[in-house]
Amino acid sequence: MNPFADRERALFELERRIAELRTASADQPVVIASEIATLEAKYQEVLHDVYGSPTPWQKVHIARHPNRPTALEYIAAFDRFDELHGDRAYRDDQAVVGGLGLLRGRAVMAIGQQRGRDTKENLRRNFGMVAPEGYRKVQRLAHLATRFGVPMVTFVDTKGADPGIGSEERAQSEAIAQCLVAFTDATVPIVAVIIGEGGSGGALALAIADRVIMLENSTYSVASPEGCAAILWADATKAEEAASHLKLTAQDLLRFGIVDEIVPEPLGGANRDPATVVARVLDRVDAALSDLDRYASPTLLSARYEKYRRIGSSKRDSSPAGKR
Amino acid sequence: MPMPEWLHVRRAKDEERNTAQWSKCPECGEMLYRRDLAANLWVCSRCNHHFRMGAYDRISGIVDGDFAEIGADVQVGDPLSWTDRKSYPAKLAGDREKSGLSEGVVCGFGQIGGFEAGLGVMDFHFRGGTMGTVVGERIALLLEEGRSRAVPCIIFTASGGARMEEGMFALMQLAKATAAVTRFVNDGNLLITVLTDPTTGGVSASFAFQADVIVAEPGAMIGFAGRRVIEQTIRQKLPDRFQTAEFLLEKGHIDMVVERRRIKEMLVHLLGYAAKGAARRLHGVRA
Repeated sequence: MNPFADRERALFELERRIAELRTASADQPVVIASEIATLEAKYQEVLHDVYGSPTPWQKVHIARHPNRPTALEYIAAFDRFDELHGDRAYRDDQAVVGGLGLLRGRAVMAIGQQRGRDTKENLRRNFGMVAPEGYRKVQRLAHLATRFGVPMVTFVDTKGADPGIGSEERAQSEAIAQCLVAFTDATVPIVAVIIGEGGSGGALALAIADRVIMLENSTYSVASPEGCAAILWADATKAEEAASHLKLTAQDLLRFGIVDEIVPEPLGGANRDPATVVARVLDRVDAALSDLDRYASPTLLSARYEKYRRIGSSKRDSSPAGKR
Repeated sequence: MPMPEWLHVRRAKDEERNTAQWSKCPECGEMLYRRDLAANLWVCSRCNHHFRMGAYDRISGIVDGDFAEIGADVQVGDPLSWTDRKSYPAKLAGDREKSGLSEGVVCGFGQIGGFEAGLGVMDFHFRGGTMGTVVGERIALLLEEGRSRAVPCIIFTASGGARMEEGMFALMQLAKATAAVTRFVNDGNLLITVLTDPTTGGVSASFAFQADVIVAEPGAMIGFAGRRVIEQTIRQKLPDRFQTAEFLLEKGHIDMVVERRRIKEMLVHLLGYAAKGAARRLHGVRA
């Protein structure tokens, strides 16, 4: 259920009336102009009211919005992109796209989870849920990035790795585990952008990076809220409660030091102005790459190691009881 | 072989907690006398069902004598201040009491068949063997110490995956463990994992399947997604053998399925091959 549905109705009603008045204003321009201004002020008020401070659960829905820009929309704004296909063994998993491209004149390896923008595309792309052969394609592209010596830019947008029978039969665990190794080992700079939903190990497989950028309303969590509720309370309908516990918002994760930077979105989410958001994100990716360009590979690798080594490192208990 | 002091103490504590004399085999229903069951390495004498095993029991059956634990002092944290039906610290305290463990993995060093090795053993009895910051930290410490000693490491896995109550900090432990595995392995050191029932989620999708040799116990449930999740997704019942160790062996995901009573023997052989090959083994793939 879209938690905005009720209140969005008021918004759509206002949009409709403003549009009507605009059409009618051809006949009585003066009278109607002031009416439009009043309605528009009201519209802004309702807009803030509806989207002003979304709850974690509302953000989950913004992150999943069908009109939110997907990986290919970011990649389409590159100067050039040449898609590379397949895992060289089984098939080309279209839930993940990748290839070489030029971003602001810089050669990069771009990889992104791709959900569909309509039902038909969603079926082809398995709703952005990547299968083992998809993760093996990612490993291959990560090695290729090192071979070419070009940095990697990843776009993370998945509920989680594909949980089907075939994926288990083809070793989903191993495919993800080796993706983690490939990113840990890559000698080129890596920038990951959480553009929508970052669900679990299936998302992390593309997100071990030197810089992690997150959109304001994206989410990133150990499990999807539905999955978490099913695991903890055997009840997927308690997803809203799980969302509030998981600390899955960009603001929480910036505070924890798990993401490095937040890219702001227009009120109501990136779906309300995709082009602006895409340009903003690519600006930040470009800046991050310029910054990372300064470091030699060994420096990058040791900084990457330290970064993940530190996260959640508990303090040591030096009391004799803790020694044993 | 004299029983080391540390094991005496552990055993005494276990006796205090477990007053029940009998256990029922979940597979064949046989009533088993707990002392016999323990003597048989927690394997049903009738149907060969492998019970989930306590970490210290496991360690005592693997190391030759002494075991020097490391990372026992890594503190339990509550990074999200999580509370649902119960607070997370209260859940942890309950599991500490019940299991006698400080967290879901015990790590340390000892001799195995005369070879020095690092040993990490996860225990399902502590929060379902889930991986949070303490488990991730201890695994990383084990591999870092193993790397500086240049000895092989063996990890027994048993895990329901990443620990929900630590949220993204738990997910980041996959990255941390991977970082430690990668450095350890890149230096030419050998990693062996033994997958026990169950090994799923974030643990199977990281160090469990990053090892050089992957062994599994008979009947162990091993996979990425849990059975319930898959059944809900495809809306049909899965066959019984799906995601068992034997199924994975057939599919080519693991090297071997070895009965519990033969695991130490097998590990000693593997460590022996590695010792014989040490002189020619590549040290430092990036060197």
